Amino acid sequence: CETVEVTAHLFLLSQAHGYFRAAILIQNWYRFTKARLETRRRYSLSIFQSIEYADEQDQLQVCNFHFFLLLIAFSHILTSPGVSQVVDEGLSLTEFENKIDVPDSYYGPRLSFPLTVEDANALLHAFRNEQLLHARYVLQLLCETRRVLKEMPNITHLSTSYSKEITVCGDLHGNLDDLLLIFYKNGLPSEQNPYVFNGDFVDRGKNSMEILIILFAFLLIYPNDLHLNRGNHEDYIMNLRYGFTKEVSKKYKDHGKLILCLLRDVFSWLPLATIIDSKVLILHGGISDTTDLDFLNALERSKVRNHIHVGVIFSLKNLAVQMLRSNFCYLQILDILWSDPRSQNGCTPNKSRGGGCYFGPDVTAKLFERYNLKMLIRSHEFKPEGYEISHDGKVITIFSASNYYEEGSNRGAYIKLNPELIPRFVQYQVSKVGTIESSALKSLREKIYAHRSELTSAFAQYDLNSTGRISVSDWAAAMESVLQLELPWRMLRAQLVQMTPNGEADYMSCFYDLKIGQPTKEVQPALVETLCRYRRDLEIIFNIIDKDHSGLISLEEFGQTWKLFASHLGIDMYDESLDKLVLSIDYNKDGHIDFNEFLEAFHVVHRLEKKANS
Amino acid sequence: MASRKDGAVAEIEKKIIEAFEVFDHECNKTVDVREIGSIVRSLGCFPTEAELHELLAKVEEEEPTGYINLEKFLPVMTKVLLDRSYQPIPEDVLLHAFEALDENKCGYITKEELIKYLTEEGEPFTEEEMEDMLSTALDPETNTVRYRDYISMMIVDET
Repeated sequence: CETVEVTAHLFLLSQAHGYFRAAILIQNWYRFTKARLETRRRYSLSIFQSIEYADEQDQLQVCNFHFFLLLIAFSHILTSPGVSQVVDEGLSLTEFENKIDVPDSYYGPRLSFPLTVEDANALLHAFRNEQLLHARYVLQLLCETRRVLKEMPNITHLSTSYSKEITVCGDLHGNLDDLLLIFYKNGLPSEQNPYVFNGDFVDRGKNSMEILIILFAFLLIYPNDLHLNRGNHEDYIMNLRYGFTKEVSKKYKDHGKLILCLLRDVFSWLPLATIIDSKVLILHGGISDTTDLDFLNALERSKVRNHIHVGVIFSLKNLAVQMLRSNFCYLQILDILWSDPRSQNGCTPNKSRGGGCYFGPDVTAKLFERYNLKMLIRSHEFKPEGYEISHDGKVITIFSASNYYEEGSNRGAYIKLNPELIPRFVQYQVSKVGTIESSALKSLREKIYAHRSELTSAFAQYDLNSTGRISVSDWAAAMESVLQLELPWRMLRAQLVQMTPNGEADYMSCFYDLKIGQPTKEVQPALVETLCRYRRDLEIIFNIIDKDHSGLISLEEFGQTWKLFASHLGIDMYDESLDKLVLSIDYNKDGHIDFNEFLEAFHVVHRLEKKANS
Repeated sequence: MASRKDGAVAEIEKKIIEAFEVFDHECNKTVDVREIGSIVRSLGCFPTEAELHELLAKVEEEEPTGYINLEKFLPVMTKVLLDRSYQPIPEDVLLHAFEALDENKCGYITKEELIKYLTEEGEPFTEEEMEDMLSTALDPETNTVRYRDYISMMIVDET
């Protein structure tokens, strides 16, 4: 009997150990894969962010190019002086009604002013069903919005009296689904349900126009309960680059230009900040050590139409002195629309954005002391959880565009502020690591292709014997120095370059899977690469030249622009080469180029993708 | 000889710094202590939770602040990689582990059994971890985990 008991006991013990060991192995392995997935997600987001910020930096710097001085010589910018003055104050609702016809076949919402809740509901219903609001109503809406905004001060003061909770939302960037989700979860704006929308309503997403329409409609219906702050994307030049202008032109072909002009005005009249109970400051970007709320409250905000445009003038040396005073307005606004909080003390120029600054907890503390504030709510920065708290609880970042980079990339969030000014966060996600990662890598590979020549020569510098191979360390150094993106190159290596059996990088394999969309045999590869790299800058410049937003510029204008651009960049251009290129693109042979088609031709296509689609 | 070794160490250090920076949101050479596990694992190591705690003890400040400094982390992690500590679990060993839990050797484990083993034995899963694994591993029609398939799926996703 005893022996049996011991054996049984031993058996059980070994079994127990068996389970223990098995379980720990499985748990260990699971935690490993989870961590790896998380790391891949993080660096994917890192890729998106670095490229985005690098683009934005280019954006602000393009305006400092000497090139713009030359372009000004073309007098394309300065002679469209207030293109927005074209849409004068005299335009009224009835004028639009008389001048623009709405056909009987139009089944979308027909707005009547003053707007009521029924109109707002009709709009929401229409947009859910992907209908467009007719141009006449858009124009009337914008006209009325401008009229109402003009009455508002630069800084709006609110209170949480009557036990109301105020909801604060961050960047929406054209994601209509997110706005609809917020209204679904949190209720529509009303006297009992006030909202503050903290800028960046437009660009990137495909429903920027619809978001504006909804927000402006509610603004007109509840002007004391729906509040808007201007963001850095409520700006004409940003819109040219990041998609809003294109969206409007596409949706409103004939009236697009007028709508865009009126929008420029409306944007310039958006308030700059909101303060709740004199304690909570809400603005889009951040602050600097020179931020002066009294000054901001007093300046003429509509004069700083596009803060970037003013920057162009700023760069003209001989006018710099004259502009000093207006520079100060420009700088104050630039700071509050572009700055980002950081944990280090001090206030340093915001290198990754190219504008505004990085402000530390000491800067925040000082501002709070000066104006007796308790909290700063800002947006402007993507956050994976939709919000982030920094500076010891004093600064909150709120970001409301979920799935910003890609499906599954991040949650969005909004804040509910109760009368005690304690914030409560509500997160959501309008619907996988796999998708984000491949999308991020795609963007990165495009950048790699666009810098092919530079990269090749950088690699060659490490490859003295021209073996085609260099160490991983050298490869990473070259990538970082040419692309100027701080990314974990060694982690990404496996996805970007092939390895030789002895552990070196076969550096030309970086470029294997990529090529340009249309075969452009007649054109030098270097030219193709340049066009690819500067595609977005060229897009902006073409759009500026194309004053009537027709999408066409003459061959001559194209040639001149290109020559200027090329000479600024120091590119050697044979005239023949350009002529061939231009002719190959002037499909209609009518002396005009559809520059969108032209630029599409230099869109980098991924070989694998092309196979899948063919 | 010496320079090649230094080169290898320098390369390892760069790898560690890269991994660290992925989780260093504020770019100030610190990460949240809760991310250390992810960082160590992203460098190819398979520490158990107990081993991670040991590691943390070496890199935490005397008065734990909730943050880990790169300065302290780097030398400790470099040694880990040079010593090849926390070796990976090969696929076949993982398979044996699942098989050990599959008493009847039928190629699958029921949901209830898996939950019992993984939340009571070894270094127990939290509810969140268990739910997360089940969301990928469980076949909702049979309420079982066919572990061979699960393993192959996860391994493919890795590469």
